[in-house]
Amino acid sequence: MDWPLLSLVTFLPLVGAAFIFVLARGDDAVVAQNSRMMALITTVVTFVLSLWIWFGFERGTAAFQFVERVEWLPDVGIAYHMGVDGISMMFVMLSTVLMPLCILASWESIKVRVKEYMIAFLILETMMIGMFCALDYLLFYVFFEGVLIPMFIIIGIWGGSTRKIYAAYKFFLFTLTGSLLMLVAMLAMFVQAGTTDIPTLLETTYPESMQMWLWLALFASFAVKIPMWPVHTWLPDAHVEAPTAGSVILAGVLLKMGGYGFLRFSIPMLPEATEFFAPLVFALSVVAIIYTSLVALAQEDMKKLIAYSSIAHMGYVTVGMFSMTTQGIQGSIFQMLSHGVVSAALFLCVGVVYDRLHTREIGRYGGLVHNMPVYAVVFMVFTLASVGLPGTSGFVGEFMSLLGGFMANTWVGALSTVGVILAAAYMLYLYRRLFFGKLVKEELFKMPDLKAREVAIFAPLVLLVFWMGIYPSSFLGVMEASVEALVDNYELALAAAETTGTAVVDVARR
Amino acid sequence: MTELPELAPAVPEIFLAVAAMALLMFGVFKGQSATRPTAYLALGVLAVAAVLVWNVEVPVVTFSDLFVADEFGVFMKLLVLLGTAVALLMSIDFIEREGMDRFEYPVLFLFAATGMMMMVSANDLMSLYIGLELQSLSLYVVAAFHRDSVRSAEAGLKYFVLGALSSGLFLYGASMVYGFAGTTNFSDLAALFEGGQASSLGLVVGIAFVSAALAFKVSAAPFHMWTPDVYEGAPTPVTAFFASAPKVAAMALFVRVLVGPFGELVADWQQIVVVTAMLSMVLGAFAALPQTNIKRLLAYSSIGHVGYALVGLASGTEAGIHGVMIYMAIYMLMTLGVFAVVLTMRINGRQVEAIEDFAGLSRTHPLVAACMAVLMFSMAGIPPLAGFFAKFYVFGAAIEAGLFVLAVIGVLASAVAAYYYLRIVKLMYFDDVSEPFDSPIGRDTGVVIAGTTLVMVLFIVFPSTITAAAQSAAAAFFGS
Repeated sequence: MDWPLLSLVTFLPLVGAAFIFVLARGDDAVVAQNSRMMALITTVVTFVLSLWIWFGFERGTAAFQFVERVEWLPDVGIAYHMGVDGISMMFVMLSTVLMPLCILASWESIKVRVKEYMIAFLILETMMIGMFCALDYLLFYVFFEGVLIPMFIIIGIWGGSTRKIYAAYKFFLFTLTGSLLMLVAMLAMFVQAGTTDIPTLLETTYPESMQMWLWLALFASFAVKIPMWPVHTWLPDAHVEAPTAGSVILAGVLLKMGGYGFLRFSIPMLPEATEFFAPLVFALSVVAIIYTSLVALAQEDMKKLIAYSSIAHMGYVTVGMFSMTTQGIQGSIFQMLSHGVVSAALFLCVGVVYDRLHTREIGRYGGLVHNMPVYAVVFMVFTLASVGLPGTSGFVGEFMSLLGGFMANTWVGALSTVGVILAAAYMLYLYRRLFFGKLVKEELFKMPDLKAREVAIFAPLVLLVFWMGIYPSSFLGVMEASVEALVDNYELALAAAETTGTAVVDVARR
Repeated sequence: MTELPELAPAVPEIFLAVAAMALLMFGVFKGQSATRPTAYLALGVLAVAAVLVWNVEVPVVTFSDLFVADEFGVFMKLLVLLGTAVALLMSIDFIEREGMDRFEYPVLFLFAATGMMMMVSANDLMSLYIGLELQSLSLYVVAAFHRDSVRSAEAGLKYFVLGALSSGLFLYGASMVYGFAGTTNFSDLAALFEGGQASSLGLVVGIAFVSAALAFKVSAAPFHMWTPDVYEGAPTPVTAFFASAPKVAAMALFVRVLVGPFGELVADWQQIVVVTAMLSMVLGAFAALPQTNIKRLLAYSSIGHVGYALVGLASGTEAGIHGVMIYMAIYMLMTLGVFAVVLTMRINGRQVEAIEDFAGLSRTHPLVAACMAVLMFSMAGIPPLAGFFAKFYVFGAAIEAGLFVLAVIGVLASAVAAYYYLRIVKLMYFDDVSEPFDSPIGRDTGVVIAGTTLVMVLFIVFPSTITAAAQSAAAAFFGS
């Protein structure tokens, strides 16, 4: 019998959390150190296990792999069903890669209640991985929502200043409201299809009038999560107040849940509604790209700036995704991965100077290149990746997404491209104000350059940025078959709806 | 002399009643010192009763069609017994500490439990009324059990007056039903409507009055007014009791009456239940927001939860009843756990009730705080905790029955309600300690807190233990 690899990867962090909960006792400093070590070991082992999945993954097929299935709620026919395809595979890897880095990044900056912090992060990891592996809608929902609990606590306890509680509430209630509407849609789909099994749901067709409602309810949830303008306002607050590692996970993985939801549910399950609402998505995305880029340009807080840039980058993602072309969708997934690495790295970069000076105000810095050359180089790499310079991961994703946008609608493509210019403007402006010029401010003189631990955090990310930028096909190849199947099925479904024509009016509800 | 009715199906109730009276005698002869032994004996009695309930052969109707024992009854009775036992367990230390340790206390719990079991098993409006009153009279007394406290006395009085009012409503409705249908027996009523006989206006009015009385008993809006005051005034373990077992019994009654005899008239009563459910959910969400007293907050929270459970009833289908039962089971455990935490709220030996007192609990009592946080997230219905599955089943049933608006209002209300549950988590985890609670929290209370929290967390691993039992119990109504 094969090992239940996906369940192992999913629940290993939870086991680690349980170990910390039970075993870490005694003196405060000892507890803290043991918790850190335990968390690091757990996340590294999880990462290694996920590599096993990565290398065992068979390319060139759109089928779900590593499938596990156990009866769970037999009375309503819901099973514990796990599996990955080329799309979810990517996100699982992203989560497992970022997690050890987060633990390392929190090594010294988190001083109070370290034990609880590590437990919260490990629970978070279980929820994230489980969400991407779930092949049952109810299971997906459980993980999707379960993320809220640890994240709420992370922002609320270890968050920044006085507004942390407001930010934690806002994050929680925005996401919860969206998710609850998705729950209603899920139940409606369950009633229609008689199952919450995702592979079965993918083959179910819904009457068009019902599709519209379902789509909107799902959209409420995923648009908040990704987040799209105008429901993005929780994100800057959450980012600014969250501790560094919290921001990293928020930007790196949690935002991708929305995009993943679109790819897994909205687009393949509700093709006619997707076609109908695509212009709406385009409009919101274009507004987001231009508007939030302009807002980013005006920020004085580094984290806020990167938070707004995240919203703009997610705008490219939705443009590419709803272009419904293979290039566009591949680009959007690639962009999500790239953004997962780059924005996570940028937040880590902010964390570096924040740990030293305890301010995120851009104006308090300047001329850092003189005493922190290594840091300046690292920051430069991620800045350029964020701007989308060829050779970095940012370029591939942006290019393919925009290509998809152009193929779908010239105006959408053209307007979205404006965002690329604006991105260059705000990122380079940020870089100039942080690093260039004379080192005049006294408190900056003694700022030490990156420590070994910090180099260890950034090295894999730098590597990933270049790897993805120079040899993107090692990632595109994994998702190719799944994305092609997605586009093919979408077009087939639309063609089928076209020919039957009248099938749209009939409502099957009893 | 007619021949004796078949007693076997009612053995648990008979045993409970006899044992309660025996304990009363025991208390009278032993005097004041008998409280603790009586309480432990009462726990034993409840355990034996549970075993007896488990072994009753179902389904069977006896006592000239007045009494029915079926799988639904077994499920609900076990819940009632469990709720009563846990509430009693939580009380023992409390009543001694507060100087209200009189042996009648556990005995009254047993009488209330007997009444509740009769309610669950009622197959006639008359036997239903007798069970209801036996339960209510016992509850009026325990509400006022802290006789030196003005608030407790007031709570008892308020509960009594409004309870009498609801009994009046019930009797009025029952007489209307009798007048227009010619019988009060559930089986006969069900048979009467089965032929698709059109319901008369008078009958609908009768059903409306009966529903209103039952809504009062489950404290559903707009008949909830007594709840916050009684919850606040009654001694805390008594409040825990009110919020658990009697709610289950009253909900069982609600289901039994509407789905049993009036099952064919679903179109007539569905609107009543839909409106009640909506009002309860919305009121439970919004009215709890400004509360500063934890017991009042929990009162509004329980109104909201009853609203969610009623969503399942409103759908009027087997799936809906299934949902109601799962909801009540999970709700009861959740509530008992939360009240056990409330019982630990003592500062310098004095019981406190302000929500603000939770501040910083995670530093002084990390385990209690963690359990409370789990219970709060579960109450808010956040997966993977059990509270989510409770909502999942009732909303699923509502959507299956086409009640989309009700489901959407329900989920939006739960988003609002999440806010005040989060507030408690926020106080415990994000705020600084004001004055720490007293440290040893009492073993019985600790067991209850830990046990209920574990159920909330582990439900996702073994969901079918509850859902499968509820499944066959719900089928009791629709199978035949």
